[in-house]
Amino acid sequence: MNRIDAVFNKKGHKALIAYVTVGYPSIEATMKIVPLLADSCCDIIELGIPFSDPMADGATIQHASYCALQNGITPKKCLDMVKELRKKTDVPLVFMTYYNPVYNYGLDKFCKDSIASGIDGLIIPDLTPDEGGELEYITGKQGMDLIYLLSPTSTKERIELVARKSRGFIYMVSLTGVTGTRDNMKLDIDNFIADVRKATANPLCVGFGISTPEQARQVSRLADGVIIGSQIIKLMEKDDDFASVGKFIKKTRQTMDG
Amino acid sequence: MQPDKNGYFGEYGGRFVPETLIPVLDELEDTYSKLKEDTAFWAELERLSRVYSGRPTPLYFAESLTKHCGGAKILLKREDLLHTGAHKVNNALGQGLLAKKMGKQRIIAETGAGQHGVATAAVCAMLGIKCAIYMGEEDIRRQSLNVFRMKQMGAEVIPVCSGSRTLKDAVNEAIRDWVTNSRDTYFLFGSVVGPKPYPQMVRDFQSVIGKETREQMLAEYKRLPDYIVACVGGGSNAIGMFYPFIEDKQVNLIGCEAAGCGIESGKHASTICAGTVGMLHGARSYLLQDENGQIMETHSISAGLDYPGVGPEHSYLNDSGRAKYVAVDDKQTLEGFQLLCRMEGIMPALESSHAVYFATELAKKLDEDKIVVINLSGRGDKDIDIVINALGGIR
Repeated sequence: MNRIDAVFNKKGHKALIAYVTVGYPSIEATMKIVPLLADSCCDIIELGIPFSDPMADGATIQHASYCALQNGITPKKCLDMVKELRKKTDVPLVFMTYYNPVYNYGLDKFCKDSIASGIDGLIIPDLTPDEGGELEYITGKQGMDLIYLLSPTSTKERIELVARKSRGFIYMVSLTGVTGTRDNMKLDIDNFIADVRKATANPLCVGFGISTPEQARQVSRLADGVIIGSQIIKLMEKDDDFASVGKFIKKTRQTMDG
Repeated sequence: MQPDKNGYFGEYGGRFVPETLIPVLDELEDTYSKLKEDTAFWAELERLSRVYSGRPTPLYFAESLTKHCGGAKILLKREDLLHTGAHKVNNALGQGLLAKKMGKQRIIAETGAGQHGVATAAVCAMLGIKCAIYMGEEDIRRQSLNVFRMKQMGAEVIPVCSGSRTLKDAVNEAIRDWVTNSRDTYFLFGSVVGPKPYPQMVRDFQSVIGKETREQMLAEYKRLPDYIVACVGGGSNAIGMFYPFIEDKQVNLIGCEAAGCGIESGKHASTICAGTVGMLHGARSYLLQDENGQIMETHSISAGLDYPGVGPEHSYLNDSGRAKYVAVDDKQTLEGFQLLCRMEGIMPALESSHAVYFATELAKKLDEDKIVVINLSGRGDKDIDIVINALGGIR
């Protein structure tokens, strides 16, 4: 069984998934925060390979991506860092990036090198099953999960298509919009999750805009996992030893389990 | 050619967007394919093109310029005479009517030079639809006249301060708005870029340029031109001009990209001449990217060509050899600008000046019985500040 499946096979356990942009605010920070997140009970960690034009991201991750690129981060560097991280943690690691850097690296080579470094899955927000055939084949061959997204605007046909093609889990976008924390966000995902449940036994994890332990609890009542990104990036800016992040993750875990 | 069912021109095109936009694009494609058969829609578009935009535009024999060059006959397709000052209004009007048909309450658009922004703002004012224009901070600075025009027409101009603060970043920000508000908001893409069905749809609305030119050639000269020259950023004026001539193999099609400070300087926007294949803003096409797949910052004296991507159909026409793409630098562009002012009393937009320069150099080498048509896509009033600066002040 691969590392991602093992997470969702734990009965009654809801997954807490964290996102960080690789190389933000520095390479050292990434090398420190990932083991810390794993030790604070994150079940899966998404590693964002920065892209110059992140059209599905809000201001926080745009800024983090920009800084990471200024720090000289490349897909190759991300792969090298994963190799090092794998010596410290066995937590499932998923790359999240846009299609162009992957395409430019070479689909086959990217997947081969990812697997060799210890990556378990891949999320590409600007790639849908309509254009994903080649990458599905390659990731399938290499034993890596290609995780697709669904949105509240997805029709029945789209839900069925994504349900059939997504591996590992389905990334459920909580709202029509980009990533990022929001004040007074209203989560209205009950029907959305129910509709997708009807189409698949795949685990469903909800992300975009989730920034408080209470929201995480609400989401995890219905979904199989909760994805938190921008809020973690914001908290990373608070202190050098990432104590705020650790505290936030532990609190979130407790609230979800409580 | 028509793209295949997945929106591909050969290997270029497609649909690389977040899942949220897929149903929106499906709806758009459905509506558009129905409208294609709707004669009332096209009659209304034709009527407004006439009485609002000022079509048909003349095909003008530039006699003085021709004499100066001493070679082929040079004709200008005068899209610069259109309402709002450029060809952009052809597409804004078409998509504006489409958005209205779809019942959308709000239109958003990206703009570089501001020509597409002004055209969209004008059409929205006329149709009574709310309008927001995304524009890079750098472009707002260098095209302040157009910003003022848009605001007067009731559009909200939203400055974009991410990345290079130019057209590419304005597109990113418009897409983010669209992902957020897609239920009631229509994204009025200004060029033949983006996910399907935009490249085909924008081309269809712009191909009135080539259709008219073809008819005017046959009526006045009883023949087709030997060369057609147009500038290419995203490539909407060029494809609109080229498309009706695609099957006329004797007509040479030439697209002029912006070489900025020169391709070897790295400060340019010559996407086809110097780029590689990748995905940007929803389509696979040539683009300017570094060795790690990051989109590069571009440079051109003309804000409208300052873009690292190009329409997928142009990439296809390049590879198939049907059209040729060349690069014209900032200095040559200024020469083209000044030459047309002096010879014909016509002040071209800096975008179009790329085509003017290349076409006049070409005409010099051709025999007198050849005909070169320049698509004069826009007028240069908006560029006066830039030209004054580039020439070292008002002399």
